[in-house]
This record gives sequence, C-alpha cells and structure tokens, in this order.
Amino acid sequence: MLPLETLALLADVLPAEPFPEGIAHYAVGGLLVGLGVTVIYLGTGIAAGASTFLESTLSYGSKLSRFDRYRASRDWRVVFTIGIIAGAAGYQLATGDGIWVTEVAWWRLLLGGILVGIGTRLGKGCTSGHGVCGVGSVSGTSFVGVISFLLVAIVTAHLVLAAGVTP
Amino acid sequence: MSTDVGVTQEHEQHPLFLPIVFVGGLLFGVGLAVSNMAQPEVVLSFLQFADFGLLFVMFGAAVVTGIVFFGAPRVLGSAPLTGKPYERRLKELDRNVVVGGGIFGVGWGLSGICPGAAYASLGIGNYAILWGIVGMFVGAYVQGYWRSTPVASSTGTAKAD
Repeated sequence: MLPLETLALLADVLPAEPFPEGIAHYAVGGLLVGLGVTVIYLGTGIAAGASTFLESTLSYGSKLSRFDRYRASRDWRVVFTIGIIAGAAGYQLATGDGIWVTEVAWWRLLLGGILVGIGTRLGKGCTSGHGVCGVGSVSGTSFVGVISFLLVAIVTAHLVLAAGVTP
Repeated sequence: MSTDVGVTQEHEQHPLFLPIVFVGGLLFGVGLAVSNMAQPEVVLSFLQFADFGLLFVMFGAAVVTGIVFFGAPRVLGSAPLTGKPYERRLKELDRNVVVGGGIFGVGWGLSGICPGAAYASLGIGNYAILWGIVGMFVGAYVQGYWRSTPVASSTGTAKAD
C-alpha cells in the first residue's frame, strides 16, 4: 500500500487528540504500579503478577492438581490482592469523589471475566505478569503474550463498538 | 531440603514478608486508581483508540521494573526477606502463550477488565465489577479443571509456570 493511502487510513482510525485526558496521571499511575512491583521484588525476590491469585485462591477450596501447585504462595497472594483493593480504596477516599460504578453491562463483565480467567492462566500471565514484569524482564515469551492479547483485545473492542454495544 | 512444595509456605518465617507484600499491593492499587485503569471504560477507550494513555501506564511500569530487574541481580545479591536470588520473570514459550493470550484478549476487549485492575476497581467502590471477578474465578476454575485431568497432567506436577 502506498504511504499516502496508509496515512489516510490512519487518519480515519486515530483520534485527532491521542491523549484527550493528558498523560500525567497515566504516567504517575504507571510509575506507582512499577514501584509496587519493585518493593515486593527487592524485598522478596518475587516478580508478582495479579492473575495467579485466581488459581492460588481456588486451592483453598479445590483439590485439583492445577491449583495445588500454588498452595505455597496462596497466603501472600491474598495479602497482595487486599493491598491492591485497599490502595485503590484509599486513593478514592482521598479524592472525596465517593464510589465509582461502571456502566459497562453486567453480561460483558461476566463473560469477559470468564475469558480473562481462562486466558490469563492458560497464557501464563496478564497485563501485570506479562505486561509489566515480563516486559520488564525483556522476556520474549512475554512480548509474544502481550502482542497476542493486545492485538486481539483491540480487534474485539472495535467489533464491540461497531456492533453498537454501549455501554 | 524439603521437596513438598505444596505444603511449604513461600513466605518462610520473616515477619516483614507479608507487610512488604501488602505495601507493594497498596502502591500497585493506588497506581491503578490514579491512572483510571480501575475504570473499564477508560481501558476500553484505549482499546478503541480514543485515548492512548494506557500505554504510559503499562510501559511506564515496565520501564521501572526493567531497570530494577536489570540492576538488582548485578548490584545486590539476594532478597533480604527470603534469600531468593534476584531473577528476571521468564516463562517458557509455547502455544498456550498465544492461545491463552488470544482468549484473554477477547475477554479484555469485551469487558475492559484485567485481573489487577479488577481488584482495584472493587477498591474504588465499583460493586458491579463483582460480575467480572466472579467470572475470572469461574474461568480460572474451568481451565484448571481441564488441565488437571490425567491427559493434561502429562505436562506435569513440575512448575511449568
């Protein structure tokens, strides 16, 4: 394809303003996420991701061998998740905005959640495991993982938009 | 050395282990709230090309971990609370990485939620996210059920990931 035609296509797809909300809070948030991982890593040597919690927590109630392998880490992963919830709650309280509730339809959250649960565990990581810790480790596997879920998610989200599913 | 990994707790005995994990989680959660990643709408606006801010969150965090994961093994010996050597997060590349990534991508694109952001979303009061969190547990259970069957367990009791 000619460069000009490519540019015209891009102009159709890309927004006039790529960062309508600015970048500061995104960058600060990213640094804080990285800092959280760093604190745990420097203290314990563990590169913590968020999705293993799903399987490790299931080991409390299930004898399946797949979950049993995470028994050793299940307690601290609960603490990690409680920390994430508490950190977000503390920030929300500090802003004084009250609670925030999504308008994304329940069935999208449920069905999407099921696929996220299957996919992150089958695929060995999520946005934090592959996206933050794996990319930070310059792991080829994680690059493949990130590209896989990012591309598919972009296509899916555009299909959802094109189908007129809002919110 | 004990080989019963299933019983040994990873936090060993150090009294600061769980507090450090909690503090790390706090920072992680504040970061996801500050950056609005706890709001599925904002994640969807990235995936639908309306706001590219998410790139700064994920890769901003990855730059930080990249520096630390690169530097710590060279400057420091092993982690003070566990004695674990500092290592990078490396996993074996196989078909599952692509297939699982694709399935995750469909779910992420449909809902705008991923695990860490979903926990943080609960923290900002988004009770509706419980649909998503229940879904994630169901999904994790389903794949665990499949992969715990005798056929699938040929990949073993080893720590494949």
